[in-house]
Amino acid sequence: MIVAERKSLERIEAMIEGMQKVLVVGCGTCVAVCLTGGEKEVELLAAQLRMKGKLEGHPRTIDEITVTRQCDREYLEQLIKHVAEYDALLSMACGAGVQFLAEYFGDQIVLPAVNTLFIGAAEGAGVWTQKCAACADCLLDQTGGICPMTICTKNLLNGPCGGTQHGKCEVDGDKDCAWTLIYRKLEKIGALDRMRIIQPPKNYRPMTKPGRYVHEAYQAAKKE
Amino acid sequence: MRQEKTAGFEPVVVAYCCTYCAYTAGDLAGSMRLEYAPEVRVVKIPCTGKVDAALLLRALEDGADAVYVAGCAAGDCHFREGNLRGKEAVAYAKKLIAEIGLDPERLEFFHIPASAGPLFAERANEMTARVLRLGPNPLRQTRSQPAGRKLVREPDPHPPLPQTKSGCLIREAKRGTEPVEPIKKEAKQ
Repeated sequence: MIVAERKSLERIEAMIEGMQKVLVVGCGTCVAVCLTGGEKEVELLAAQLRMKGKLEGHPRTIDEITVTRQCDREYLEQLIKHVAEYDALLSMACGAGVQFLAEYFGDQIVLPAVNTLFIGAAEGAGVWTQKCAACADCLLDQTGGICPMTICTKNLLNGPCGGTQHGKCEVDGDKDCAWTLIYRKLEKIGALDRMRIIQPPKNYRPMTKPGRYVHEAYQAAKKE
Repeated sequence: MRQEKTAGFEPVVVAYCCTYCAYTAGDLAGSMRLEYAPEVRVVKIPCTGKVDAALLLRALEDGADAVYVAGCAAGDCHFREGNLRGKEAVAYAKKLIAEIGLDPERLEFFHIPASAGPLFAERANEMTARVLRLGPNPLRQTRSQPAGRKLVREPDPHPPLPQTKSGCLIREAKRGTEPVEPIKKEAKQ
């Protein structure tokens, strides 16, 4: 899931300064799960902005709506009848959602209310950690399901480096050494011989931005 | 133990009370003929774990001068840890209202066990006294000014799992207890 955090209220205020009518648009998928941009969080931000406007003596209209996903056209259709009357749309989706919204409503000002952080997993209530760097060439089969591209600070594919210290990383003592984790996991599953495999230099070409992917099932149709 | 009122200010204090503890304590305070601040509006809730920051902000936006949530004593929650969640929600909401310039003291969380009638009255008086010190909620005068709302969303035309109009999804299908007979192929002659 994509993990994001809300921008500071000052940043958001600065973006919508002088605007009279703003629509806060939430996204009901990833950012709703990471408690950043779902229906509840939209309600909180909209209430904050409304109250701040009144307290500072410049009342404005802050409306709110949450769609299932902002990165799919069919869900953005629901907004068509609403958006024209607003000075700006304040999107609480990840960067993909914000851009898609801006693209879909070409003549509207679309502003981001969150910072997109990473692709991660929930460690516990309210805690997420990065798990995937979207390197487009997964080698988790080689490394016991632990990603050296993400967990290793140095992205080492042949580790550990000389800086591993009792299972911790030399770059940041709070972080686990990915290669110690990989070694322990391979030991558990009886596949330590995989440590001997030398990985060739990483091919970064698939990571070239911006990525584009057409599903095989649709490739033929696209050609026609 | 009534507080002195400032001229023309009738405070509105909303108390979200857990039915198992604080609300029962309120009942007990009544049975004990304890007098407590009449400005407190008690809202009975099934568990303080249900309280979220949006609910608290909504009360303040609608003009309440103070809002407090009263739940079970630590470790005594009927639903194991609802009171701790309620406490977290209040702490978060305090941060949110501080950001916009409202005094975070307008929100509070109290632990009030069911047997503590006098404590219920004490907390109600304490919160009312606090409001009298802080003064009226500045949002109260402007609460009737429209400032936006939640737009009504049409039913999702593409829900993640559509309801079928005929038959049912395989995972919702009832399974028979009898084993299904395999289809016998007739031997070719």
